[in-house]
Amino acid sequence: MLEIRNLTASVEGKQILKGLNLKIGNGEVHAIMGPNGSGKSTLASVLAGREDYEVGGEVTYNGKNLLELSPEERAQAGMFLAFQYPVEIAGVSNATFLKQAVNSIRLANGKEKMDSKDFLKLMKEKMALVEMDKTMTQRSVNEGFSGGEKKRNEIFQMAMLEPKLCVLDETDSGLDIDALKIVSNGVNALRNNERSFIVITHYQRLLDYIVPDFVHVLYNGRIVKSGPKELAMELEEKGYDWIKEEVAA
Amino acid sequence: MSEDLKILDEVTGGEYKWGFVSDFESDNAPKGLSEDIVRFISKKKNEPQWMLDWRLKAYRHWLTMEEPTWPNVHYPKIDFNEIIYYSAPKAKPQLNSLDELDPEIKATFDKLGISLEEQKRLSGVAVDAVIDSVSVKTTFRDELGKLGIIFCSFSEAVHEHPELIKKYLGSVVPMTDNFYAALNSAVFSDGSFCYIPKGVRCPMELSTYFRINSAGTGQFERTLIIADEGAYVSYLEGCTAPMRDENQLHAAVVEIYSHKDAQVKYSTVQNWYPGDKNGKGGIYNFVTKRGICAGENSKISWTQVETGSAITWKYPSVILKGNNSTGEFYSVAVTNNMQQADTGTKMIHIGKNTKSTIVSKGISGGKSNNSYRGLVKITKNAENARNYSQCDSLLLGDQCGAHTFPYLEVHNKSAKVEHEATTSKVGEDQIFYCNQRGISSEDAVGLIVNGFCKEVFNELPMEFAVEAQKLLAISLEGSVG
Repeated sequence: MLEIRNLTASVEGKQILKGLNLKIGNGEVHAIMGPNGSGKSTLASVLAGREDYEVGGEVTYNGKNLLELSPEERAQAGMFLAFQYPVEIAGVSNATFLKQAVNSIRLANGKEKMDSKDFLKLMKEKMALVEMDKTMTQRSVNEGFSGGEKKRNEIFQMAMLEPKLCVLDETDSGLDIDALKIVSNGVNALRNNERSFIVITHYQRLLDYIVPDFVHVLYNGRIVKSGPKELAMELEEKGYDWIKEEVAA
Repeated sequence: MSEDLKILDEVTGGEYKWGFVSDFESDNAPKGLSEDIVRFISKKKNEPQWMLDWRLKAYRHWLTMEEPTWPNVHYPKIDFNEIIYYSAPKAKPQLNSLDELDPEIKATFDKLGISLEEQKRLSGVAVDAVIDSVSVKTTFRDELGKLGIIFCSFSEAVHEHPELIKKYLGSVVPMTDNFYAALNSAVFSDGSFCYIPKGVRCPMELSTYFRINSAGTGQFERTLIIADEGAYVSYLEGCTAPMRDENQLHAAVVEIYSHKDAQVKYSTVQNWYPGDKNGKGGIYNFVTKRGICAGENSKISWTQVETGSAITWKYPSVILKGNNSTGEFYSVAVTNNMQQADTGTKMIHIGKNTKSTIVSKGISGGKSNNSYRGLVKITKNAENARNYSQCDSLLLGDQCGAHTFPYLEVHNKSAKVEHEATTSKVGEDQIFYCNQRGISSEDAVGLIVNGFCKEVFNELPMEFAVEAQKLLAISLEGSVG
């Protein structure tokens, strides 16, 4: 699915990713953890194609050179980023926005536009996944949404677009325990043998609900430790200091 | 093919070839302006003496006036003697196949949603089609006539309904009102006339489609709408012009007279040629539009979507004279490239318990300049007047400008006046968010802009709203990045 080799990224002369390597197979869930400022969100942004960074290294996504694709081409090729801070668009309803998104992706993949009836049916089905109220689709994109509603809306959009690779950037931040469960259930319902996930989080808490296949520790722009899901528990218990010491040694 | 469709075909599709200019022969007045030209126009139209006298009076007054310089727009001084003031197709343009149309223009029209195919959907809309100085055809006249509704060209109304013209012409916009209104009063050529009798609700949208065709001509149309007691009418106006290198002048006057309990809803989608990317050519659109809510409980609502013209200078206004009367102004003004717009409204509260609402959305891209200018005046006797104004500006890029000039004159302490204004930029974050959902930057801007204009588009009749959205997308093509 995805292979990242020696990925570097800097912004305004400051290097944030310093040679990151990661390989993700079909249907795998990888958690990326790390202390503040280690480069977690930068990794998500670079994978999605945000232009603010100077990027080096190689990223191959289903045989394509990902770094050569524009952000919309990446999305059309099945890559989805659940934003840490979802953006508000006044006056544009969630439904209108999603319809444009769904159809843009379909057209780019040589499919016909979805008709309104099928689209409504799909929305209804996917809204149930994240226990979303139906009035949400008529509200402007993220405008006046609470923190929890915004995150739920991201997972709803993810469900609607049926991506191949999902990157969740701190989706758990700002969620209370009930919302966390709902969001996690939504994500789990989307797991299958084909779809892969990169779950970026600061806390182990999320991984109680979205159980990863692999856990990686990102520190100072590199992945410094990888392991099975138990690694997350260890981090929760001991904090990040022992990792820092290991790296320094 | 429905009747209205045929007319639009005649107007837009007929003999138009390269550059979207009809090659039918035109009957033109000599260039320039003088009393003789005013007489020439009046004679061409076989006008009665009283009409000629009115024109001459306006002309003599115009000579004493100065061109206004207060709008926030810049252009070389207009030589009023270089303009042709009357131009009419010699014979009615023949209806030919659309295939004769410049494919690019045809594509543009398709994009506009006013192609033949799309136009079919506009059944149930009566159309008055005006090319250059004359009305070529008015549809549905007989059907409307049965209800006592008069909908015809202005020239016909002068002959057939002189009592109404004498009573109402200049009653809302006096000939001495301003420089361009005076000019229009002297040389106006044609336009639409509409009268809705007492208690009649006009069963269809009335629409005027204006088109400038001939080179070097000015278009000076005159529209007069009268809604008698308890009447209702929804009126649409659309306009286009061919692409030309030189600037052309359009100075129209629209007057609306709303009696007791009457309602008039006037919607415009203005799409005159805006000039090219470098600001060459385009229409100078200097228009006076005003309505009076003369009777109690009357209402006038202006909705405009302004995307065209090199320069737009236009302030559709409402005089709220009747007690409990209501005035509304909903506007989207888009400027791109080198376009300049100075537009807004005037709400003059005279009656008691009068209410006005202003929602203005300005969108600027390229190197354009977009100004909102609005006056809310509450006179001494206007007890309990209320106004709400909202002016929002959206900037695309960093070379354009948005300006807001609100004027408030409150002479009665019981007035409640609210004004809100915002300026925002289409954010990179918003575009990136859309991109990440598979939406191109171009479409993202379209979405964001349409969202921004939603409150105004909601006021437009359905078909028009769809057209306006498409038009907006075209106007803003290439405005970002």
